Amino acid sequence: MSVFKESGHLFRLAALYAVGTLTFLFIRGVLVPKSFGQYGHYRGNAITEIAAHPIHFAGHQACDTCHTDVQQLKQSGMHARVNCEGCHGPLAKHADDPSVQPAKLDTAKLCVRCHAASAAKPRGFPQVAALDHSNGLPCETCHKPHSPAISAGGAK
Amino acid sequence: MTTGVEGYMYPNEITLYWSVLIVLYPYITGLVAGAFILASLERVFRVEAVKPTYRLALLTALSFLLVAPLPLQLHLGHPERSLEMYFTPHRTSAMAMFGFVYLWYLMAVLTVEIWLDYRHDIVVMAQSSTGMKRWFYKVLTLGSNNISDRALAIDERVGWVITLIGIPSAFMLHGYVGFIFGSIKANPWWSSPMMPVVFIFSAMVSGIAAVMLLYMLVTRLRKQKIDMLCVDTIARYLFYMFIVDFSLEMLDLIHRIYEADESFRSLNFMVHTKLYFSQIVLQICIGTLVPIALLGLTQVLQLHEIVRKRIYVAAGCLTMMGIFAMRWNVVIGGQLFSKSFLGYTTYKMALVTREGLLMSIALTILPLFILWALVKLLPPWPKTAKGELPA
Ligand code: HEC
Ligand code: HEC
Ligand code: HEC
Ligand code: HEC
Repeated sequence: MSVFKESGHLFRLAALYAVGTLTFLFIRGVLVPKSFGQYGHYRGNAITEIAAHPIHFAGHQACDTCHTDVQQLKQSGMHARVNCEGCHGPLAKHADDPSVQPAKLDTAKLCVRCHAASAAKPRGFPQVAALDHSNGLPCETCHKPHSPAISAGGAK
Repeated sequence: MTTGVEGYMYPNEITLYWSVLIVLYPYITGLVAGAFILASLERVFRVEAVKPTYRLALLTALSFLLVAPLPLQLHLGHPERSLEMYFTPHRTSAMAMFGFVYLWYLMAVLTVEIWLDYRHDIVVMAQSSTGMKRWFYKVLTLGSNNISDRALAIDERVGWVITLIGIPSAFMLHGYVGFIFGSIKANPWWSSPMMPVVFIFSAMVSGIAAVMLLYMLVTRLRKQKIDMLCVDTIARYLFYMFIVDFSLEMLDLIHRIYEADESFRSLNFMVHTKLYFSQIVLQICIGTLVPIALLGLTQVLQLHEIVRKRIYVAAGCLTMMGIFAMRWNVVIGGQLFSKSFLGYTTYKMALVTREGLLMSIALTILPLFILWALVKLLPPWPKTAKGELPA
């Protein structure tokens, strides 16, 4: 009896904490999306939303149907296993409607993305220190992008 | 960017992502845990001598605890997202669960303990002060003016229980910081079950040193006489804690040297080159051995009060620096070497960036301002010659 009376302030503190917790739970209820945790630690609806995104990449096969010449050239060279869109960027719009012009590529920037020398790359991977190698010239001046290897005695 | 790399680094190791702010975070959290444990000495183990620092230690813990998450917020950016950690808790992530450890310690331990301890004063001040201040204290009383002996006795008991819960909580708070590093199994410099233990003891060392220095400084500023019995006792605890802490660190070191696993050559080389100054010179020699020797001197010799005070200040400052160097060596050291054990990178601290030197200095000073404000609002010492305040 008197213990309860004398510890009234403690009950007030407890009530304050309880109100705090309830407020937290309320805000949480409002803010956390309903589908959160449906499949895992993420918003379940995200899956359908992401699936509804427009497609950006057409895929290698799509390019091959119209650009058979390039495809064959590439197939014979060292870039055989490099995807068209790995260099040209996402071109689904172009594949649907060829009148959409793909952007021009700047080989001085494009090629070093993969071929810049770095100790972290496997030793066997062809890599160059771009400045020493080409002195700032676009790589295209000497290499054919779709069949880049320069054979000994071939075009310089 | 590649400058400062010696030997071979994986590309993602060249730049250090955990900057000086991440050094600050365990440093500040350590001060919180250490200050609290010093306070609980008086409460639970009834060490009467350290009573003059009891409230100061609690307020110190609170002001540092309030700043503790800031380095993380600044490092990560998007502070508004930190709430997500509470809304959608990720139970398998050690870092995500730290939010709850922090919240528990702040809300369930420290705030409640301070409130209970100050309740008598708050009620008195709510009646004696005027204007804005009066309202502030009135809100803090939660509308209850009951300061009968019975009520205060109940507060005392509840406070004791809270402190009892608080000690393991303080251990958990800082042990957890050590655990976050110690559980990173990909990094041999961190991955060690000793990490939480070493962190806890170094936290106690730095926290005790901080409260000792603050007490001496504040007493000086108030033009009061320093209670030598109190400072002597604190210094003795600091000495003991330091010895335990140092032994643990040496144990860890000896273990590593003897085990000499595949990472050893690389780490050993690092300690003798890149980390030589911060680890061997700053942390071990100037920051540990010298203060231990100084404190040991005061234990063995009968020194004059003035000399003891000077020694305590010197040892305290060196300790604070040494523990900072320890955090630095853990956090920065753990990122300087390549996981291929074939190379080393360099940490170059920025100056005015969001994670730069100026920011970390600001974050180190900020708790002192908070403490100053807290001390103004809730004076830790008896105001007038009203005699003993209830503890
Ligand atoms: C439906 C057939 C078709 C498909 C599929 C197609 N293209 Fe084309 N593409 C064309 C035509 C036709 C042109 C020529 C348009 C012009 O010159 O105006 C062209 C032009 C280009 C050009 C620019 C040529 C230049 O002269 O600048 C590039 C680059 C290109 N395509 C790349 C691709 C890639 C990569 C893909 C696969 C993602 C692809 N195309 C898929 C028909 C197609
Ligand atoms: C290694 C990067 C790379 C790859 C892979 C690549 N291209 Fe190209 N492609 C280029 C560059 C560079 C140019 C010349 C610059 C420009 O026209 O934008 C070019 C030009 C073209 C052109 C117009 C000029 C020409 O030579 O016919 C077409 C069409 C084209 N590419 C289609 C393709 C197709 C289809 C594929 C996949 C089979 C492909 N490219 C793969 C880099 C690449
Ligand atoms: C998407 C990454 C990528 C890009 C972009 C790229 N390449 Fe390549 N390149 C490769 C791969 C993969 C190989 C094949 C390596 C192998 O099979 O060993 C290769 C091979 C080569 C080779 C043959 C090296 C040899 O051993 O003879 C040359 C030359 C070359 N690329 C030049 C270029 C040029 C020039 C460009 C810019 C037009 C370019 N590459 C853009 C990935 C790329
Ligand atoms: C001035 C002409 C020239 C330019 C411009 C040039 N290259 Fe080359 N590159 C060559 C020649 C010639 C070879 C063959 C050298 C050899 O086989 O030793 C070669 C070889 C290569 C190789 C193969 C190296 C190896 O180790 O197998 C790569 C990769 C390469 N170049 C990439 C580039 C890139 C990327 C650029 C643009 C930044 C570029 N090149 C610009 C002339 C050029």
